[in-house]
Amino acid sequence: MAFAGTACLLVGIFTALYAAVSSVVGARTGRRELVVSGRRAMYCLAALLIAATAILQSAFLRSDFSFKLVADGSSTDTPTFYKVTAMWATQDGSLLLWALLLSVFSSAVLFLTRRSLRDIAPWATAVLGTVGAFFVLLMLGWENPFTTLAVAPQEGAGLNPLLRHPAMMIHPPMLYTGYVGFAIPFAFAIGALITRHTGADWIRATRRFALIAWTFLGTGILLGALWSYTELGWGGYWAWDPVENASLMPWLTGTAFLHSIMVQEKRGMLKVWNVSLIIATFVLALMGTFLVRSGILESIHAFGASTIGAQFLTFIVVVIVGSTALVISRLPYLRSESRLDSLLSREAFFLLNNLVLVLLCVFVFWGTFFPLISEAITGTEASVGPPWFNAVTTPLALVLVLLAGIGPALAWRRITPSGLRRAFRVPAAVTSLALVALVALTNAEDSVLALAMFCLTAFVLAVVGQEMVRGTAARRVITGDSWPRAAAGLLARNRRRYGGFIAHAGIAVLFLGVAGSSAFLQQRDLRLSPGDTFRAGGYELTYERATARLGGDGAGTGAPIAFGAVLTARKGSESFTLHPSRNFYPTRDASKGSIGRYFEGEATSEVDVRWGLKRDLWTAVRPDISQLEGPIQEANRKFADSSGDVQAVVIAAIAERYRTDPPPAAFRSIVSPLVSWIWIGGGIILLGALIAAWPTPEARVRRVRSLYRARVGRELSGA
Amino acid sequence: MLAAIVLAVLVALVVLRPLVESGPGREVVEDARRAELEAAKEAKYREIRDAELDRGMGKLSAEDHRTTDRELREEAIEILRELDALEGRSPGG
Repeated sequence: MAFAGTACLLVGIFTALYAAVSSVVGARTGRRELVVSGRRAMYCLAALLIAATAILQSAFLRSDFSFKLVADGSSTDTPTFYKVTAMWATQDGSLLLWALLLSVFSSAVLFLTRRSLRDIAPWATAVLGTVGAFFVLLMLGWENPFTTLAVAPQEGAGLNPLLRHPAMMIHPPMLYTGYVGFAIPFAFAIGALITRHTGADWIRATRRFALIAWTFLGTGILLGALWSYTELGWGGYWAWDPVENASLMPWLTGTAFLHSIMVQEKRGMLKVWNVSLIIATFVLALMGTFLVRSGILESIHAFGASTIGAQFLTFIVVVIVGSTALVISRLPYLRSESRLDSLLSREAFFLLNNLVLVLLCVFVFWGTFFPLISEAITGTEASVGPPWFNAVTTPLALVLVLLAGIGPALAWRRITPSGLRRAFRVPAAVTSLALVALVALTNAEDSVLALAMFCLTAFVLAVVGQEMVRGTAARRVITGDSWPRAAAGLLARNRRRYGGFIAHAGIAVLFLGVAGSSAFLQQRDLRLSPGDTFRAGGYELTYERATARLGGDGAGTGAPIAFGAVLTARKGSESFTLHPSRNFYPTRDASKGSIGRYFEGEATSEVDVRWGLKRDLWTAVRPDISQLEGPIQEANRKFADSSGDVQAVVIAAIAERYRTDPPPAAFRSIVSPLVSWIWIGGGIILLGALIAAWPTPEARVRRVRSLYRARVGRELSGA
Repeated sequence: MLAAIVLAVLVALVVLRPLVESGPGREVVEDARRAELEAAKEAKYREIRDAELDRGMGKLSAEDHRTTDRELREEAIEILRELDALEGRSPGG
């Protein structure tokens, strides 16, 4: 079936190129049928890539090792759940996923705009077709996921054990959906620039796609953090790793874009800024894919260097140069239609929020690429670590959360000083109360920055709460509804506004978790024997006994052996047990012996976390199996030619030896206050984004009196 | 190779159909300018509603709201005028 997959790609590249050329010719000559034909070509590209993906997924599920990709990234004992995800664990599969998502998103937006944006849409089709063709070209030229092996091996190498985690199943598709989603507003922005139709039409047509992309990218980033926290065995969720940063940068500029387009929609301002932001966001999205795949920067997330770094870099340069030249040539068409009425207005604070977000992105960019910059200038590669990132980003994060509170309380155009006082009286009182309570009742004052973030979180929540209550009250006056009905009506009729406010509350809650878990984290690293006890963050932990599990771990990763520990934790009257362990995956290296290969392959930490709203207790163990070396060597010699059943009994006996007579094991325990609020905050942001992205009902029309003025009033009162 | 040819033929049948169909095609394409104005009208109405909500919530004083509302309604009227001119309708709609 591999030939059918390659055929899909081969036809796909010509289809994508045809879409681009046909749309451009159609737009320039006014031949509508060519534009329609180009759009249909994009639908066909999506169908071809869906077929290609289905062929590849079928190969993974059937463990067809004649596919090189399947032989390298899967095995017969890889759980089905992870066979499905193995496609995007590899570079070739990731490229196919990127192209697939791009073609599906493109088809969706082109279908939705088939009766509007007559001038802009063909150029957007051309841009999307060109990007699609580039990704298919990468696969056909250098990284074909349908490459076959002359002789299919009996068994595959298996999926990288680190990737056997539920969050990893959806993290890459989420990130890629985010990256690809930003291609849509980018393509329409380019179309708007080419046609000189620089109004807000392209924004209205693609705003929802940008919001969906932003939501997916944010969710992907958080899932990556959750994976890091629960799988990588170091206990953190963010390490300022280049690949993490690469996903954060387009999210930051995308956030700025989502705010600043509102100013263009309402006031006709910031046109240059908006096209520049979406170009930057798309370029950063390409850069994110490039960083994971190029191997130019060392990262725990970059799974192998690749052969397509130069091609990616060339494409990025072409996008930057071409887009910048286009923006410069269209500057006369990008003039603002109005001016800022007052510095005390929502649009003024949106602008400020944009500057902070872009500044954050610049710092993250500088820190991420510092190794390359320093090597280019001094000849020596140097890097900046997490302390540098924390020092430069923390003050900006504080300002950002403050602005997330101020923005929702302000009106568009202007707010009077008395209105300002009224808007911030209650939130200021709540913030002051929070400060007093935190200082009096907790040790939050030990970290001034964390204390400031806690107070700002209270401020944002107070502002959002006040907005909800006042909005509901205002609606009750108009409709006479009950409070719950009025609140539901308010949300339903102002989804974008209140969805955004809810997302702001989520951001504040997320930063509450970041501040608490960063400033007050307590970590202990110890070597313990069964019966030993230690204290960590108010808990008393006892290493009760060692464990050895065979034939599948609890997490369903397919690890045949897991050594671990049973810990009892006590705090006051509370008592519970924890079961951290370490999974061992067999290696295909024959030199390790038929028994030894089960113990000397890759190993991953399976941490155990006691989740809590106040704090998490996180534990990991690294068992010392060096004392098993003797018995393993002996078993290698004696049972090399024995049947699988006999070898299984021998492995069980060796494992039992560890369980009954374990040497001291290395433990790490972390008490991380408020860390759960990061995931809760992420959930609130997701909820807010979904509300904001949900389509609003059509405006209903009622009769009132008087010509134009009456018609405005009539159509307004109906909605 | 045969698979590629079969796929290429299938794709060509779908993609090239609009080129061989007679007439302008069945798709109704809205006038670009009208679509632009309709979108601008909806956006302007949304702004007026937002300002009303801000007034109801006490964010805008009565005087500020009057000024803002007047400006926004004038802008909405301009859009309606253009829409009617395109559609050849009378001011009352």
